[in-house]
Amino acid sequence: MDFSVLLTDIPTLLVVVLGVPAVLAAYIVGGEFLVRRLPDANRPQVRPWIWVGPAIFLVAAILLIPAISTAVQSVQDNQGNFVGLSNYATQFSDFPNGGAWVAIRNNIIIWLIFYTLFTLAFGLVLAVLFDRVQYETVVKSLIFMPMAISSVALGVIWKFMYWYQPAGSDQTGTMNAIVTFFRHDPVAWLQDQWPNGIAVLNNLALIGAATWGITGFSMVILSAALKGIPGELLEAARVDGAGELTVFRRVIFPLMMPTIVVVGTTLVIFALKAFDVVYVMTNGNYNTDVLAFRMYNLLYLSHNPAGASAVAIILLVAVIPVLVFNLRQFRAVEARR
Amino acid sequence: MSVAAARQVESTAVRFSPKWISERLGRVGLHVAVIGLTLAWVVPTLGLLISSFRPFAAIATSGWWTALAPPYQWTLDNYSQVLDPATSNLGTAIFNSFMVAIPSTVIPVTIAAFAAYAFAWMKFPARDWIFLAFVGLLAVPLQLTFIPISKFFVDHGIVPDNLSSLGLPPWLGLWLAHAGYGLPFSTYLLANFFRALPSDLFESAEIDGAGTLTVFFRIILPLSVPALASLVIFQFLWVWNDLLVALIYVGGAPEVAPLTVNLANLTNSLGQGYQLLTAAAFFSMIVPLAVFLSLQRYFVRGILAGSVKG
Repeated sequence: MDFSVLLTDIPTLLVVVLGVPAVLAAYIVGGEFLVRRLPDANRPQVRPWIWVGPAIFLVAAILLIPAISTAVQSVQDNQGNFVGLSNYATQFSDFPNGGAWVAIRNNIIIWLIFYTLFTLAFGLVLAVLFDRVQYETVVKSLIFMPMAISSVALGVIWKFMYWYQPAGSDQTGTMNAIVTFFRHDPVAWLQDQWPNGIAVLNNLALIGAATWGITGFSMVILSAALKGIPGELLEAARVDGAGELTVFRRVIFPLMMPTIVVVGTTLVIFALKAFDVVYVMTNGNYNTDVLAFRMYNLLYLSHNPAGASAVAIILLVAVIPVLVFNLRQFRAVEARR
Repeated sequence: MSVAAARQVESTAVRFSPKWISERLGRVGLHVAVIGLTLAWVVPTLGLLISSFRPFAAIATSGWWTALAPPYQWTLDNYSQVLDPATSNLGTAIFNSFMVAIPSTVIPVTIAAFAAYAFAWMKFPARDWIFLAFVGLLAVPLQLTFIPISKFFVDHGIVPDNLSSLGLPPWLGLWLAHAGYGLPFSTYLLANFFRALPSDLFESAEIDGAGTLTVFFRIILPLSVPALASLVIFQFLWVWNDLLVALIYVGGAPEVAPLTVNLANLTNSLGQGYQLLTAAAFFSMIVPLAVFLSLQRYFVRGILAGSVKG
């Protein structure tokens, strides 16, 4: 490796690593110093704003105001003239294959349903199975490991898994090796728009890759919930003659429902924001477009910020039920405090 | 002796009863399922790992599993190529990733700790409403913010080229963006943690004449090391693994692009550099896997603390 880049840049790295915390610490110490100059009565009025100020400023500048300005831009054209809902009309035109329809269908139907269901189902099955073996920690780590790597690396891994060679030649992709082992023709996982151009198969292939990466997340949370179920409850059910399946269906599953719902809402957000896997694996081709990717393309390929804003707002509208749910959940927890 | 024989007869009877057999089979089935599922989970990564040690010509013509049987064709060529500055920007990309990830972790976690202290232990107007707004923003897609922010950054010269010509770090805009995006989650997590600390602790410290700063730095921060550790790991990995935000605010120029962008460029440029892909993907995983394996407990705790990140 060329280490010269590191040698020339190590001063920069040091300045950044030491400088950034120094600035932040100087801010809060300086702020307190100023507050102490104030008369006693005014201190409690000023002090909180010193502490909370930077956070409010950054969140307003980076999240809140830009979000509002995107909403405004979505009803303007690219020159800033008010055009009403025509950007949305363009995105919603030519059902079912024009505008944003393919991305909407992939994102809000296929990704939302299958990504969430697959991840919850795998997470639940793994949590319940692993709970019964002594080497739980080891297998959990292995399932959880993909959580640490980037979606780009995940995309590379799965591109090789799904690799397709025409029938007759040696398959180098694991999935097609399995498929041809069972005397089936190799499948072009990422290109095949089965059935008939509706493109469910290749979208499911992408979702499968994404699910592989995120299952560790749902497994860990569900497993913690599972361990929170009192052992006496399960014992009592078993003593009464319930089989393991009944215990799972009638005792474990209902008790875990609140956790499943919370994990599910988080997964819904992840599903709606899907981008990296699509970008790396299919680049949105073969009808695998999703909203985040469409927005990126409108912005950087078509130079159409107005259209991109409309797509972003469509994404926000899809997220709003989750947002409302989160807020209600939060208030319910607060009320119990 | 007769007692021992009797016991043995009895235990044999128990051992081969239908119930015992079905339980044993159930145990075997359980282990087969657990190990089978785990292996299935490991195979994709294992396949790429093995491929990364195979010659490029072999990767293109036969599956990775053929490398497990003779003739063995292992090689380190992919790794030596990916480490060679003539064929790859990997060294710069790793450096850039650190330069992006470290400040993008330090800034939001520190600012969030200040804010969380105020939310948890100070009184100010609209406090609960502002906190509620933070919770609401957890779910807002980042996509909503890209257009106005990148326009603002371009209009005000907060772009890599201009920043480096001014002698400033080219990632400044990206740091601020990551800081803003990370704040709602960080503040939410830390405020919940700070609030759960016993209040007598600060009250007695304040009676002893400790100022706000002393309470914060000497009492709250040391007590919050577990929460801070999970948050730091979480935010670091999130930024390290991020592709989209980096693409938007610094783009793909090799001088500033982090590893994920570098790797994504390799995957999309089919012919050129494609043989580097396997080894480069493994390099991109080293840091997150090391962080994850050494600090797994904190990472999992962070996730359990309620990870709904926007």
